[in-house]
Amino acid sequence: MGDVTAGLDGLTERLKGIAGAENVITDPAELRTYECDGLTYHRATPGVVVLPGDAEQIAEIVRACAAAEVPYIARGSGTGLSGGALPRTDGVLIVTSRMRRVLEIDVEDERAVVEPGVINLDVSKAARPYGYYYAPDPSSQQICSIGGNVAENSGGAHCLKYGFTVNHVLACEVVTPDGEIVEISEAPGYDLLGAFVGSEGTLGIATKVTVRLTRLPESVETLLAAFDSIESAGEAVSGIIAAGVVPAAIEMMDALSIEAAEAAVRCEYPEGAGAVLIVELDGPAHEVRHQFAQVKELCREAFEIRVAADDAERALIWRGRKSAFAAVGRISPNYIVQDGVIPRTALPEVLARIDELSAETGVRVANVFHAGDGNLHPLVLYDESVEGEGERAEIVSARILDLCIEHGGSITGEHGVGVDKARYMPRMFTEEDLDTMQMVRCAFDPAGLCNPGKVYPTPRLCGETPGRRTGVHPLVESGKADLF
Amino acid sequence: MGAPPIDVLAKVCEVRPGGPADAVQGVEAGCVAAPATVAEASELMRVAAEHDLAVVPRGAGTKLHWGDPPERCDLVVETRRLGRLVEHAAGDLVVKAEAGLPLADLQEALAGARQQLALDSPVPGATVGGAVAAATAGPRRLLYGSARDLLIGITVIRADGVVAHAGGKVVKNVAGYDLGKLFTGSRGTLGLIAEAAFRLHPLPQASAFVTATAADAAEARALARALLRSPLVPSAVEVDGPEPLTVAALFEGFTEAVPARAEAARALLGGDTGAEPPPWWGRLPEGEVLAEVRAAPSKLTAILTLLADVGTARVRGSAGRGVWHVGLPAGGADETLSRLRRHGTAVVLTAPEGARLDRWGPLPALPLMRRVKDQFDPGHRLSPGRFAGGI
Repeated sequence: MGDVTAGLDGLTERLKGIAGAENVITDPAELRTYECDGLTYHRATPGVVVLPGDAEQIAEIVRACAAAEVPYIARGSGTGLSGGALPRTDGVLIVTSRMRRVLEIDVEDERAVVEPGVINLDVSKAARPYGYYYAPDPSSQQICSIGGNVAENSGGAHCLKYGFTVNHVLACEVVTPDGEIVEISEAPGYDLLGAFVGSEGTLGIATKVTVRLTRLPESVETLLAAFDSIESAGEAVSGIIAAGVVPAAIEMMDALSIEAAEAAVRCEYPEGAGAVLIVELDGPAHEVRHQFAQVKELCREAFEIRVAADDAERALIWRGRKSAFAAVGRISPNYIVQDGVIPRTALPEVLARIDELSAETGVRVANVFHAGDGNLHPLVLYDESVEGEGERAEIVSARILDLCIEHGGSITGEHGVGVDKARYMPRMFTEEDLDTMQMVRCAFDPAGLCNPGKVYPTPRLCGETPGRRTGVHPLVESGKADLF
Repeated sequence: MGAPPIDVLAKVCEVRPGGPADAVQGVEAGCVAAPATVAEASELMRVAAEHDLAVVPRGAGTKLHWGDPPERCDLVVETRRLGRLVEHAAGDLVVKAEAGLPLADLQEALAGARQQLALDSPVPGATVGGAVAAATAGPRRLLYGSARDLLIGITVIRADGVVAHAGGKVVKNVAGYDLGKLFTGSRGTLGLIAEAAFRLHPLPQASAFVTATAADAAEARALARALLRSPLVPSAVEVDGPEPLTVAALFEGFTEAVPARAEAARALLGGDTGAEPPPWWGRLPEGEVLAEVRAAPSKLTAILTLLADVGTARVRGSAGRGVWHVGLPAGGADETLSRLRRHGTAVVLTAPEGARLDRWGPLPALPLMRRVKDQFDPGHRLSPGRFAGGI
C-alpha cells in the first residue's frame, strides 16, 4: 500500500474521464471545503473530490476505485453529526450535490422518486401543493440530503409518531461496492433495504430513492408548558403516554438550555422555568381536539401553558427548541452535542446522575431531549482556552453514554455512529454481535473500500474466520490488505 | 462426530425422533429438538453445525407449508419451550419476548396494560418468531407498518451457534446494522430467531369499521383512494373481491372521536358503519395457490381486472400499502403469476405438492442475497432450498 498517492494520480484522470474534469476537485484549497461534515472535530482533507451527475457515473467511479483499491466515501450535504462522511486523505469523496432532481411526485400512489442530493425539505415542498409531505424531519432538514438521510436513517422531532427514514423509504437504487446498479426493496427476498438504510454509507451508495408521502394532517395543535422542575415535566410526559396519547412530538428543555435559547433567539419562554415541554398533536380534527384537552389537563402542574393560535405562534414555540444546539454557543465558547437514548422511564434517574456528574467535574451540561422516546441531547459545555476543560468535557460526554448503556439504551438515537462513536460500539454490543453485523458488510463490500473505518472499531477482514483475533492479521502483515 | 446425532443432541436439550407430523412439506425430519433457553438453543445449533445437520426452525408450525420444501431436514428446532415474555416495560411502550411465545398470548398480556403490538396475524396460532421469520402482517400495516417497522431488537442464534444481538429495547436507536430487518422475512434461512423486542402502541379506546360494495374494479380503487386521500387517517383500508367486491376501512382512536371519523368515511364511501369487521377481514383468501402480490396501490384496478378472467381467483389485502394476497386455482397459476408480475411482484406462499411454478419471480438483488446467505450460513444448512433463488 506504499504508493497510495500514485494510485490516486492515475485514478484522478479516470474520474475526470467519467464525470468531466470540471466535476473533479484536486485543488488543495477547494478540497479543504470538504474536510469535515457537521462534526467539525474530525477533519481530513480528501485525496480527491468528484461530483457525479448520475448513477452510471457513480457506478463507474466505484469500479475505478475498486480496481485501484482506493477507498471512497459518499457525501450528501455534509450535515451529519458523527463524522460519517469524514473523508480520507488517501481516498475519493463522492459528493451527490449535483444529483438533486425530484424525479417524480406520484400523488396517485403517494410516493416521490428523488435523486440522493435532493434536500429533505424540498420533497415536502414539492408534495405540499397536493396535500402531502415527507414525514421524517431532522433538524437540519433545510439543508440535509435524502441520500444522507438514507445513510443515517435520520429521525427528527416527529419520529415519535411517524417513525424514521427507514419506515418511509419504499425502494432504493443503489450502486453496490461491486459497481453494479441494483434496486433494493423490503420484499420479495431478504429485506436488503432494511439493512441498507442506516448503514452509514458502508454498504453502497444510494442513487435514487423512492419515498412514501404522508397526507398532511387535518389539524395540528401545539402547546408550550413551563414547569418548575424537570421532574414535574417528566411526570407530565409519563401521564400523556399512560393516557394512550401518541403525540406527534414531545420535546423537553432544561433551565440551562432555555437560558441559551433565550440569549440566542429571544424565544421568550416563561421566565423562571426549570423545564419547558413542547407537545404537538396532529391528525383528524376530532381526535386532536379531544386529545389536546387531555394533554392540557395532564400538564396541570405547569405554571404556564401557551397554546399556539396559528402557524406563526407555532413557529415561535418551536424556535427556542430548534435553535437550542447553536444557542449554547451564546453561553459557552465550545460544546459537545451528545446523542444518547434511554428507556423513557429512566429519565429522572439518568438526569439526576448527569447532574451529579456535572457537580463532580464542574462541567456544565444543558439538556434538550425528545422526551417521548428517551432520546437525550445533552450539550456538554467547555472552554477550550482553559487547559484540561476539553478533556474533562470529553470524559463527561463519554460517561453520559455509559449511563445510557447501563440503563438499557443506545449510544445513538439519530446522529449515527460514524467515526465519532465507533469506539463505544463494544460497550453496547458484544464482540459476537459486532462480528455478526460484519457479515453483512462482507456480503456487500468484501474489499472494505466503501466508507471504511466508520461504525465499527476494528472489523475483521472478510473471509477471516469469525471469533477472537490475536496479533496482526497475516494479510496485513504481508501488506496485501489493510484493516480499514 | 461419530455418535448418532440424537444422542449428542439429547445432552443439550429435549429431543425426540421426528414423526410423520414433523415432516416439512413431505421432507421427513430426522429429529425434533426443543431448547428451553437461549443458551440451550445456542449449544444445540453449535452441535448441529458440528454434525453438519440441516436445520429447520419451527414455531407453532402455522406457516411451515409456505415456500419450497427443504432440500433436507435433519433437525427441526422447535421454539415451543422458548416462550417467555422476557420484559414488558409498559411506561416505555416496549416488549421483549422469546420466539416461541404465541402472538395471542403476548397480546393478552399487553392488553392488561391497555397496550398492544400493532401487528395483525393472518394465521391463527402463530408465534412471535414465526411472525418475524415470515414477515406476516395484516390490515393495520397501513398505519403501523409491518413486523420490520415494529421490531426494535433481535437476538439470533447463528448457524455456528453463536448468539448475536442487534438493535436493543429502545425505539430510537441507530447503532449498528439493523439485523432485525434482515432476519424479518428470512424464513429460517439466516439463523434461529430466539428473541424479539418490539415497540408497542396504546390499545385504542374505540374502533369502527366502514364497509361498502364496489360495482367494479375502478370503483373499488376510487373508494380506497378517496379514503386514503382524506384526512381521516384510517388504520386500515382493505379490499376483498371479486364478487362481491368490497372495500372496508378501520378507524381507531378515542371514544369521543371515532364515530365522527367513521361517519365521515361512510359519507365518502356509502355503505355501512359497524363495530364488527366483515367476515373476511384479516384472513388469507382461499385458493390452491396462495401468493403475496406487492404493487403500487393504483395497480389495484389492473390486478382486479386481470383476475376477473381467472375462474375462482380471490384477492384480498391492503389497498393503501399495495400488499395483497391472491388465491388462485392451480391450473394456469404460473401464467396468472407472470401476468401479475407485470404490475409488481408476486411470491407464492403455498401451492399444491409438485406444482411447477416460478415461486418468486425476478429478483434483481438475488446475487447480493446469495452473498448474505453465504456469510450467515456458509454450509447452506439452514432451511436449505426454502427461499428465493433456491437459498
